[in-house]
Amino acid sequence: MPKSIKKEIRIMTPLTDEVIKSLKTGDKVLISGVIYTARDVAHKRLVSAIKDKEKLPFNLKGQIIYYTGPTPEPPGKVIGSAGPTTSFRMDAFSPILIKKGLKGMIGKGPRGKEVIDAIKKYKAVYFAAVGGAAALLSKSIKKSEIIAYEDLGTEAIRRLEVEDFPVIVVNDIYGNDLYIEDTKRYSKE
Amino acid sequence: MKEIHFNDIADKVAQMCIDAACNLDDDILSALDRAIEFEKSPLGLEVLKQLKENAEIARNEALPVCQDTGIALFFVEYGEDVEIKGGLLNDAINEGVRQGYKKGYLRKSIVNDPIARRNTQDNTPAIIHTELVEGDKLKINFKIVGAGCENMSKIKMLKPTEGIEEIKSFVIDAVKEGGINACPPLIVGIGLGGNFEMCALLAKKALLRPIGQPSKRMEIASLEEDILKGINKLGIGPAGFGGSVTALAVHIETYPCHIASLPVAVNLNCHASRKKALIL
Repeated sequence: MPKSIKKEIRIMTPLTDEVIKSLKTGDKVLISGVIYTARDVAHKRLVSAIKDKEKLPFNLKGQIIYYTGPTPEPPGKVIGSAGPTTSFRMDAFSPILIKKGLKGMIGKGPRGKEVIDAIKKYKAVYFAAVGGAAALLSKSIKKSEIIAYEDLGTEAIRRLEVEDFPVIVVNDIYGNDLYIEDTKRYSKE
Repeated sequence: MKEIHFNDIADKVAQMCIDAACNLDDDILSALDRAIEFEKSPLGLEVLKQLKENAEIARNEALPVCQDTGIALFFVEYGEDVEIKGGLLNDAINEGVRQGYKKGYLRKSIVNDPIARRNTQDNTPAIIHTELVEGDKLKINFKIVGAGCENMSKIKMLKPTEGIEEIKSFVIDAVKEGGINACPPLIVGIGLGGNFEMCALLAKKALLRPIGQPSKRMEIASLEEDILKGINKLGIGPAGFGGSVTALAVHIETYPCHIASLPVAVNLNCHASRKKALIL
């Protein structure tokens, strides 16, 4: 293994502030425990539930949301393919969830300033999974259950149990950004 | 007249949907192999190897390569001497999509209306472009179009006097701006000329070409090479984690245009280039 590839860090959910503080941009992380799926419409519903002071389908404290809409599970499998979707579509909603205790997000692609600021202010972390590696990523998902918004089909909120789910830290609480820094490193412009 | 039956088209289309979603073609797999040779970033290299592993798992377990199994796009070449029995071509294709997406456990990602947004539950309707051609064959080109990269695509009506430099910077800027979201390494389809909608179609058609096959026109092939070099200087790399391979190929299709126009469209395609073709 080349020197510049860092060793993987294993973490368990729910995430504590100690774990968040220890994570740095570029760290390769293997997540185990429970994570929740939510994407566009589920985010909109979660945020309106918060605004209307309704009970949320799950307690956000210390949790990780994975931006994915899996394919249906074929017979004998717990889930179909489940790779990350583009994160910026959730930018308007994420700060509100982070303020309510959400600690981690998994997706792909850069986040807006409002999310990066909330990550720093409330101590959270944004991870990327490899976009398009959906069959491979599904191997780390051991259990899947729809817990809310079943009418949304693939966009429903699922409770996943994952083992060593592979991600990389993009935005840490120290204001670093993997996409900006690593692009600069290899840019010849 | 050659007769082709509705059910035959539907069955073949269904099979093609599943095949495209789960089995990547050799052209993309070889392009990833070439990228592995070329990539300088250790993390980028690791991503490329994961993509190869992902393709293998998908093939062996009949799982979709990517969870976004897209909107179903068809380019049909309809021979003048073909007669379809038992129904209409578009209905047959949509029936195939309906069956294939169900049978293959593919994701249904289509909503009935851009405002009402109710999922149609069977991934129809497909988008179908039909061209009438000579002969007694029906050729169906199929492409899975995911939204991650499609959303990062762009179109611009340049001034005719702006020329090649403006075209290059428009394309490279589009990759710089949206490339990470589009799941690099990318295949970049470019449409040049025609008019507003024609150049978008050309950009899409460019993505149907075998990956890395240069344009038949020498000056266009050299422009493709130039733009590819420019994109790969950006440093975005596989998955956007930094690296030397941001794009695997640039394909350009052209069409004559108005004296006052120079339309250019950039259609980004993720590394999961899923396309199949069949002739009936």
